[in-house]
Amino acid sequence: MADDIETRVRKIVVEHLGVEEEKVTENASFIDDLGADSLDTVELVMAFEEEFGIEIPDDAAETIQTFGDAVKFIKDAQ
Amino acid sequence: MFDLTGKSALVTGASGGLGGAIAEALHGAGATVVLSGTREGPLNELAAKLGERAHVVTCDLSDAEAVAKLPGRAAEAAGAVDILVNNAGITRDALLMRMTDAQWSEVMDVNLSSVMRLSKAAMRGMMKARWGRIINISSIVGATGNAGQVNYAAAKAGLVGMSKSLAYEVATRGITVNCIAPGFIETAMTGALDEEQRDSILGSVPMGRMGAPEEIAAAVLYLASPEAGYVTGSTLHVNGGMAML
Repeated sequence: MADDIETRVRKIVVEHLGVEEEKVTENASFIDDLGADSLDTVELVMAFEEEFGIEIPDDAAETIQTFGDAVKFIKDAQ
Repeated sequence: MFDLTGKSALVTGASGGLGGAIAEALHGAGATVVLSGTREGPLNELAAKLGERAHVVTCDLSDAEAVAKLPGRAAEAAGAVDILVNNAGITRDALLMRMTDAQWSEVMDVNLSSVMRLSKAAMRGMMKARWGRIINISSIVGATGNAGQVNYAAAKAGLVGMSKSLAYEVATRGITVNCIAPGFIETAMTGALDEEQRDSILGSVPMGRMGAPEEIAAAVLYLASPEAGYVTGSTLHVNGGMAML
């Protein structure tokens, strides 16, 4: 069975930002808590788009600040 | 000396003298090249001359939507766009007092805005690859100014500021962004000058001659090479000493 969305998003975040899995919690902010810079957030969005086959427009991308935001957006988009 | 085997380069304005020479130099170093321009005839001729590893993708750089799609089409043809050479440029010379809004806008669209759009569209692949080269062909007049070229000089100076800003943004991803500022080079663009203009220009060039397109192409080749990986945000002036900046 395919991994659920949380697991897949968490995997991308862990790989991309090089952080420990436990730190990627619902309210973890990519920039404030996980050490991402603004370009990292652009790359994360690119990675989500590819993993889930969706398009995330720029104005929506700006609202994705935390792990929970990303999961919610992707769930809604599917 | 420089080896670009396995890299793919998109060169705009490849139907012109300078773009053709740039494409030849990159191809000669082993790169796969995508030749872009508006005139399919000369592009196909150049591709036939280069043989393998040469593709033609036409594009009108004044068409914003077509421009945004160009890197994707180039990547389809060549596998990727590792090196982007923004060489295409037009002139619509007039004294400012006589310059129309259209003359200003056309030059801005093709010489400046298209570079922003192409760079943006090519960036995704470069970021994923953690390697990329963007080389923008500016001009000496972007630094010195030139009567009758308010539009052209503004666009060419704009490229320098744009390149430096983008260089900051993507430096950590192994992507370099640089400009080359040619002086007077033997091309169709300078061929339009009359003899008096030529003589007056040559009088201001310490080397006493115009540059050859190959001399610009060699500078592009250097900036595209792995060896130039620590050079970013810079402008390389290739002008026979005409302006020592």
